[in-house]
Amino acid sequence: MVYADNAATTKMSRTALAAMLPCLEETWGNASSLYAFGQKAKEALEGARAKVAACLGANAGGIYFTSGGSEADNQAILSAAHLGAKKGKKHIISTTFEHHAVLHTLKKLAKAGFEIELLDVHENGRVSADEVAKAIRDDTALVTIMYANNEIGSVQPIAEIGAVCRARNVIFHTDAVQAAGHLPIDVQQQNIDMLSLSGHKFHGPKGVGVLYARPGIPLENLIEGGAQERGKRGGTENVPAIVGMAAALEEACAHLAENTVKVQALRDKLIAGLRKIPHSILNGDETRRLPGNVSFCFEGIEGESLLLLLDDKGICASSGSACTSGSLDPSHVLLAIGRPHEVAHGSLRLSLSEENTGADVEEILRAVPEVVAYLRGISPLWKDKLSGKRDFLLPE
Amino acid sequence: MALYSEKVMDHFRHPRNVGSLENADGIGEVGNAKCGDIMKIYLKIDNDVVSDVKFETFGCGSAIASSSMATEMIKGRPLDEILTVTNKAVTEALDGLPTHKLHCSVLAEEAIRAAVKDYYDKKGIAYDAAQFSTPCAACHT
Repeated sequence: MVYADNAATTKMSRTALAAMLPCLEETWGNASSLYAFGQKAKEALEGARAKVAACLGANAGGIYFTSGGSEADNQAILSAAHLGAKKGKKHIISTTFEHHAVLHTLKKLAKAGFEIELLDVHENGRVSADEVAKAIRDDTALVTIMYANNEIGSVQPIAEIGAVCRARNVIFHTDAVQAAGHLPIDVQQQNIDMLSLSGHKFHGPKGVGVLYARPGIPLENLIEGGAQERGKRGGTENVPAIVGMAAALEEACAHLAENTVKVQALRDKLIAGLRKIPHSILNGDETRRLPGNVSFCFEGIEGESLLLLLDDKGICASSGSACTSGSLDPSHVLLAIGRPHEVAHGSLRLSLSEENTGADVEEILRAVPEVVAYLRGISPLWKDKLSGKRDFLLPE
Repeated sequence: MALYSEKVMDHFRHPRNVGSLENADGIGEVGNAKCGDIMKIYLKIDNDVVSDVKFETFGCGSAIASSSMATEMIKGRPLDEILTVTNKAVTEALDGLPTHKLHCSVLAEEAIRAAVKDYYDKKGIAYDAAQFSTPCAACHT
């Protein structure tokens, strides 16, 4: 099997597993218990917090463990919005291609009377700090912009946006789910006030994530309960998962430079190979993109059938076609960068990790052109384009 | 459980009657590119019987499988019978489709009807127009 869907989830690393096992077999006490056995779990928990903080250039006091990236996004945005509302600030700036954990939370806030301004991300999937600066108003409560896009991999100028927000004293949150462990993060240098990440995107376990909030930004609880996470997230901590995530993040950050070189080389080989398919287009920025992200649209075919046939050839990939999402519209991300519906239906995302090899890339480069050619061969849409009855939308 | 039944996957992987017919007596094309599926059915008709049928489809796995199954269901059958082939019958023959994919079987039914209508139009055969008005609500945006 060639696993090329690392943006969906990653295989858990040996390091993460090795870190988790003692928490399951030995120090399985409740971290809130007073006796020494419980306190051992507490030590493991706080050790994990310190590790995560170090990876983000953050103060450990700003690290809150959550059930994942979505919970962190929800809590960050609702907290900042309601904090702003107390001061009469109800304007929120974001972008059109955020993850649904962000967009749906913003939709909820819009219904509650907030004014949501979604910035255009242009064809390359990027927003500039200047555009953010122009959008900031005196009543802006929050700017929330993802670090790197999950579908097309474009990376935002986070430090520049952070500086702009700090200068105007506006809270800046970034959904760094795809970036953490893959791109350098330093919340202080980059002026990030709040950040979300998810454990399973960098070879950690699923069901665990982090919300970073700069000390001084009060959080609003999504889950009421005990005094866990300094009273901001009720529920007994999932110590094994938290410890596994911290170990995975530490490992990813320690090897970030070498992994980037390796994965980027594979990515670029894949992009160069897929470009040879006529009437195809790379989605997202050419260079300012995640090291492992390859996103293409192929004209005249539909993405789900492409995925199913690749699956038959042992290749795991993803698509933003309507048919894979269960809705009638193709991916909002591809529409946000201006791909016409028809082209967006024929999308393919391959996301690599350092576990992939050159042989994987070769296998993908053998399979994709073959499957695309087959599907085009049975597509009346493609036939109409070839005969001139319809126009090609993508250049040859 | 897998997304699709074995039957759907079989027809998707090994679609029957793929291609086009030179000098087809009736051609039906339904769906649109914006919605992500287009189905085109070609009929050869001899003595009011579908003597040959081919299809081309742009769409997802269930759209391709539905087209393939629909062509199998009408091949060799008289015209009046093929007009009774419903999306429900196509779906059942495929051992079911996920709810959000049912419109693919609707497209198959419509493609057959559109091809028969085209045949009637070309031959100047009178028909009840109401019989052919089944717009796919999901796909005409």
